[in-house]
Amino acid sequence: MEQKLVALSGNEAVAYAFKQARPHVASAFPITPQTEMMHKFAEFVANGETETEMILVESEHSAMSAAVGSAAAGARTFTATSSAGFALMWEIVYVAASLRLPICMALVNRALSGNINIHCDHSDSMGGRDAGWIHLFSENAQESYDNAVMAWRIGEHMDVRLPVMVNYDGFIISHTADALHMLPDDAAYDFIGKYKHAYTLLDPENPVTVGPLDLTDYYFEHKASQLATYERVPGIVQSVSEEFGALTGRTYQFCEEYAMDDAELVIVVLGSSAGTCKDVIDEYREKGVKVGLLKIRMFRPFPVQMIAEKLAGRKAVAVLDRSASFGGQGGPVFMETRSAMYGQQVPVNNYIYGLGGRDFDLHQVEEVIDDLQKVAAGEELQLINLLGIRS
Amino acid sequence: MAVNLKQLTQHEELLTGGHRACAGCTGSNILRQIMLTAGQNTVVGGATGCMEVVTTIFPYTAWRTSFIHSAFENCAATVSGAETAYRALKKRGDLPREETGRKNFIAFGGDGGTYDIGLQSLSGAMERGHNMVYVCYDNEAYMNTGIQRSSATPLGAFTSTAPAGKVKQGKEQNRKDLTKIMVAHNIPYVAQTTPFHWKDLATKVEKALAVDGPAFLNILMPCPVGWHFDTAIGMQLAKEAVESNFWPLFEVENGVYKINQKPKERSPMENWMKQQGRFKHLFRPGNEAILENIQTYVDEQWEKLLKLEEMTAK
Ligand SMILES: Cc1ncc(C[n+]2csc(CCOP(=O)(O)OP(=O)(O)O)c2C)c(N)n1
Repeated sequence: MEQKLVALSGNEAVAYAFKQARPHVASAFPITPQTEMMHKFAEFVANGETETEMILVESEHSAMSAAVGSAAAGARTFTATSSAGFALMWEIVYVAASLRLPICMALVNRALSGNINIHCDHSDSMGGRDAGWIHLFSENAQESYDNAVMAWRIGEHMDVRLPVMVNYDGFIISHTADALHMLPDDAAYDFIGKYKHAYTLLDPENPVTVGPLDLTDYYFEHKASQLATYERVPGIVQSVSEEFGALTGRTYQFCEEYAMDDAELVIVVLGSSAGTCKDVIDEYREKGVKVGLLKIRMFRPFPVQMIAEKLAGRKAVAVLDRSASFGGQGGPVFMETRSAMYGQQVPVNNYIYGLGGRDFDLHQVEEVIDDLQKVAAGEELQLINLLGIRS
Repeated sequence: MAVNLKQLTQHEELLTGGHRACAGCTGSNILRQIMLTAGQNTVVGGATGCMEVVTTIFPYTAWRTSFIHSAFENCAATVSGAETAYRALKKRGDLPREETGRKNFIAFGGDGGTYDIGLQSLSGAMERGHNMVYVCYDNEAYMNTGIQRSSATPLGAFTSTAPAGKVKQGKEQNRKDLTKIMVAHNIPYVAQTTPFHWKDLATKVEKALAVDGPAFLNILMPCPVGWHFDTAIGMQLAKEAVESNFWPLFEVENGVYKINQKPKERSPMENWMKQQGRFKHLFRPGNEAILENIQTYVDEQWEKLLKLEEMTAK
């Protein structure tokens, strides 16, 4: 398929992808760095490029609530937020997943307060990791766009019916112009398809009661059925990705492998930092160091099997977390990865980095790879480390 | 728009019996009356609270229309989403079924879910102009969680979080005037009523649904458990709340106030309060000043309402 090469910021790219899905309804409330994405979308609406009805609510809590009402009414629906906005939605984030509503949300990752900070980290997304959404992470504007096109297909699949969150790093991706290939509008819509509801509030001849009181006798069964759904998600993500790959030439796995074939040392990371890691890995490879990268694209459901397989037999693994778990044992990506590797003899260390948008630079990656070499040589290093903080 | 009792009784019951409201609850009666007027082509949203809890428990539902509950504080936003979806789907010919006639969107919440935690969501939805009716059933406390005070609880009332004791005599503040806050949104229709005044209620529901844009109804809901009265007298208390001017029947149509019932001689608040256990402590010696304050407040509010009616008369 012929695709236009364009230069867009991540926010613009995602706004385009969402427009191409021809959503019926979008709800929104401003928060940096998500704002631009909704500005762009509002422009499309103002210019008649999409017939989407926008609900310009008075808070993110209402943005998610209105999205739930809209999706339950049987409309293709999206919203977008960052940081505090996502935190304010939290209660309803669970409701959206539990009511099996395939809402799409752009989560432009930003640190949580306090203190207040507008820059990138993943603490917002990680705070909602048990809420039942599918979490896709993006390395650059291209992946943000691609995720934002595929998200609809994944969430709306009748065997899934779950909300999908497209994560991309605040400012680093959202506000940086990047070259990417975009599908023509019609081709994107053909791929995404016309919206089909699983249930709707709007058919007076088939009334439904949604969100009833659900106590000790049934709630658990409902959760069991929800839990079973996540087992089905990876297969569907894979088939959607393959179809997308056939159309665009860009095929995605749950994790991207970079220089992994013979890698003895492996870095595990999410989001834009993968690009920085790849550069440094190239340098080390030239020096003969067998280091590779496993970039997780789908954090929820967590691709346990793939991660366990890809890390098995390596000499050392470093997991990078752009969020902390206060009082926990390392960051969330570390906890999940180490747990996936249970029973393996591979040493795994954790690096918390980039909180509040602290630059993630080449030196930090070098530090990690140097550590990996030491660990591979048998040295025991600290389990949980902070990267790039002042002494 | 004359409401006819005989006709109303012939409408289909859309809130079925067998729900689990307490004996003497006037809230289920409010919902039933609203639904008789609204009809089948209605989407209902309920905030967490007694009425949502008693009308739905999986696998049962008392609703014969579509119903959605999402959370406590977001009913207005949720229904605003459904209403927007309806417009969006209709515009593109994507509705599940060809429809003739009006589609109604009704959101309801208790006073806690409306005056307090849901006020922002309600205010936002009204300001945005959705074609929906928000109904507050006001039982003057958080009943579902055990009769805690809300900003709708009247001065002096006993609640679990503001009880009467040796040094305190129940709630220490007057109630918030939410109806006027809603009037200040300059929406086309705002009204107060009670379930006793069935004709008034049905007329107001009909008017609220008919306007182009948002409407708000505040409906007093005597609660035998929270107010401590005999289950037989809920409707009587609704009637007397109006006769004492504590809960005037009035409506505001496009900014114009109209008082729907003016008692020839208002009955004293004490008569109404004496029938409710929540005010019992106020009749002990030493609390005369509180009783007086309550009466003065009600009288002042009534005077203000009369002036508003006069001022806005066309
Ligand atoms: C965010 C949140 N806070 C608290 C609650 C607990 N809660 C459920 S119902 C309720 C009281 C509802 O009071 P009101 O709105 O007056 O309705 P009523 O129970 O009187 O019908 C409370 C406090 C909740 N469900 N959600």
